[in-house]
Amino acid sequence: MAATQTSTGPGAAAPGPVEAVPDRPPARRTRRVRRRPSVGTGLGLGTAVLYLSLIVLLPLAVVVWRAGKDGPDYFWQAVRTPDSWAALELTLGASALVALVNLVMGTIIAWVLVRDRFPGVAVVDVLIDLPFALPTIVAGLVLLALYGATSPLHINLAYTQAGVVVALLFVTLPFVVRTVQPVLLELDRDMEQAAYSLGASQWVTFRRIILPNLAPAMLSGAGLAFTRSIAEYGSTVLISGNLPFKTEVAAVNVVGRIESDNVTGAAAVSTALLLVAFAVLILLNLVQRWAARRG
Amino acid sequence: MAKHLLRVLVLVYLLFLLVIPVGLIAWRTFADGLGPVIEALTSDEAIHAVQVTLTIAAWAVVGNTIFGVGTAVLLVRHDFPGKRLLNALVDLPVAVSPVIAGLALILVYGRFAPVGGWLERNGIQVIFSLPGMVLATIFVSLPLVVRAVAPVLEELGEEQEQAAHTLGATRWQTFRRITIPGIRWALAYGVVLCLARALGEYGAVAVVSGRIVGETQTLTLFVEDRFQNFDQPAAFAAATLLALIAILSLLLTKLLRPKGND
Repeated sequence: MAATQTSTGPGAAAPGPVEAVPDRPPARRTRRVRRRPSVGTGLGLGTAVLYLSLIVLLPLAVVVWRAGKDGPDYFWQAVRTPDSWAALELTLGASALVALVNLVMGTIIAWVLVRDRFPGVAVVDVLIDLPFALPTIVAGLVLLALYGATSPLHINLAYTQAGVVVALLFVTLPFVVRTVQPVLLELDRDMEQAAYSLGASQWVTFRRIILPNLAPAMLSGAGLAFTRSIAEYGSTVLISGNLPFKTEVAAVNVVGRIESDNVTGAAAVSTALLLVAFAVLILLNLVQRWAARRG
Repeated sequence: MAKHLLRVLVLVYLLFLLVIPVGLIAWRTFADGLGPVIEALTSDEAIHAVQVTLTIAAWAVVGNTIFGVGTAVLLVRHDFPGKRLLNALVDLPVAVSPVIAGLALILVYGRFAPVGGWLERNGIQVIFSLPGMVLATIFVSLPLVVRAVAPVLEELGEEQEQAAHTLGATRWQTFRRITIPGIRWALAYGVVLCLARALGEYGAVAVVSGRIVGETQTLTLFVEDRFQNFDQPAAFAAATLLALIAILSLLLTKLLRPKGND
């Protein structure tokens, strides 16, 4: 998500030939002329920042401010309110489980999409993105059709924690697949062939050669699935029944507090969720850097 | 052997998580033919919900397209202090729960907040009305156009733009005749993503809408409302309509997706 494909790549700082013409700045990788910000640029920048601030930055800052303005004790108390704490526990637990399942299943799906050839594999590839395209409330309704009271399989997960997990698995399906797939496509198969020819079994080759190359992408996909899961609302609303202390997830708890006019409590639970999300994102960033340094 | 095992595992997983549930909804929707579906979707409430949804989506797409192209040009073509910060902040909405987006907007634009109170005294109600729902939709779909356009703009380079500039074209002419044609497919890709997200947004819109039937009810809220009121045919019909829009947008994005951006 933090797709910083703008200017400063690793090549930008590479030392060039020393005999640069003195009054010309060193040529940059993209051969861009460094412009002095003009009036037009300033105006455009101002508008963009204003738009972002009025809709995203200022409102989010107010949420965090509202949660913290009465001190950390009050914040902690609001988060530890039994119903909110139960909702947070369920959300974090279910999200961790969902991330783990995605880590395994997502990698296997990516593997099959890249290495296996069978009729219809292209259709499967398109299908993977369906959960991102489908509105979350529709996702919930759709799952209830198969796993609800009228289930043709006679599996009723409505109003259960298992139902919450299934809903989260549905909406997070693409993350690991889409992060692992490109890495797998680019993976050099010579190393694998070498391992095989030296007598390594399929499992040993996978564990020692392929897995270390995929690990950063797998972790990054699982991390994104986790952050999406803790934020999820729409898909869990119908299938979970929103029973406090049982199937109520954190986002539903936040909405409940807004509707009962406890805005400060809602802000506290929201801030707790934001803190967890950013901690995970920072961790992911570190993993990526570590992987890049290892080559 | 292992190969076939994995293939079967993947197909069964996707079948039970994705294909059968979605197929089941479509099947139940059309089980009694097209008549009840059309009837359900032409009720006053449903038509109003479609109108509200389209209005909100149109505003959100226009807003985010202008912001998205402008910000992409700024991030790729210009240097200014705080550029990396702006680049990071654009992605912020992705990490935020739609519900928190809604709460955040209520805290600033609600009746009891300073800004919202001032707007209300001047005759503009934001929360529990359309402007707030537009803001919520913009919030959740904000990064989509920027992130679709920026990499293509980067790849395009600026030789042509500079040539046009040297030949005496104004900045606006250069932008309209060189930059826009260069990014048109990426732009279309971003707009489709943004439109699909705007049409399907539920959480953020639900929080700021106040769920006033016949007033602030979008199509996704209509689905929930009908389902909770045991009107399954209407809920299924609207859900299938939304699913069809989603599948259509998915196929469109597959066609438009810039190469090398997988």
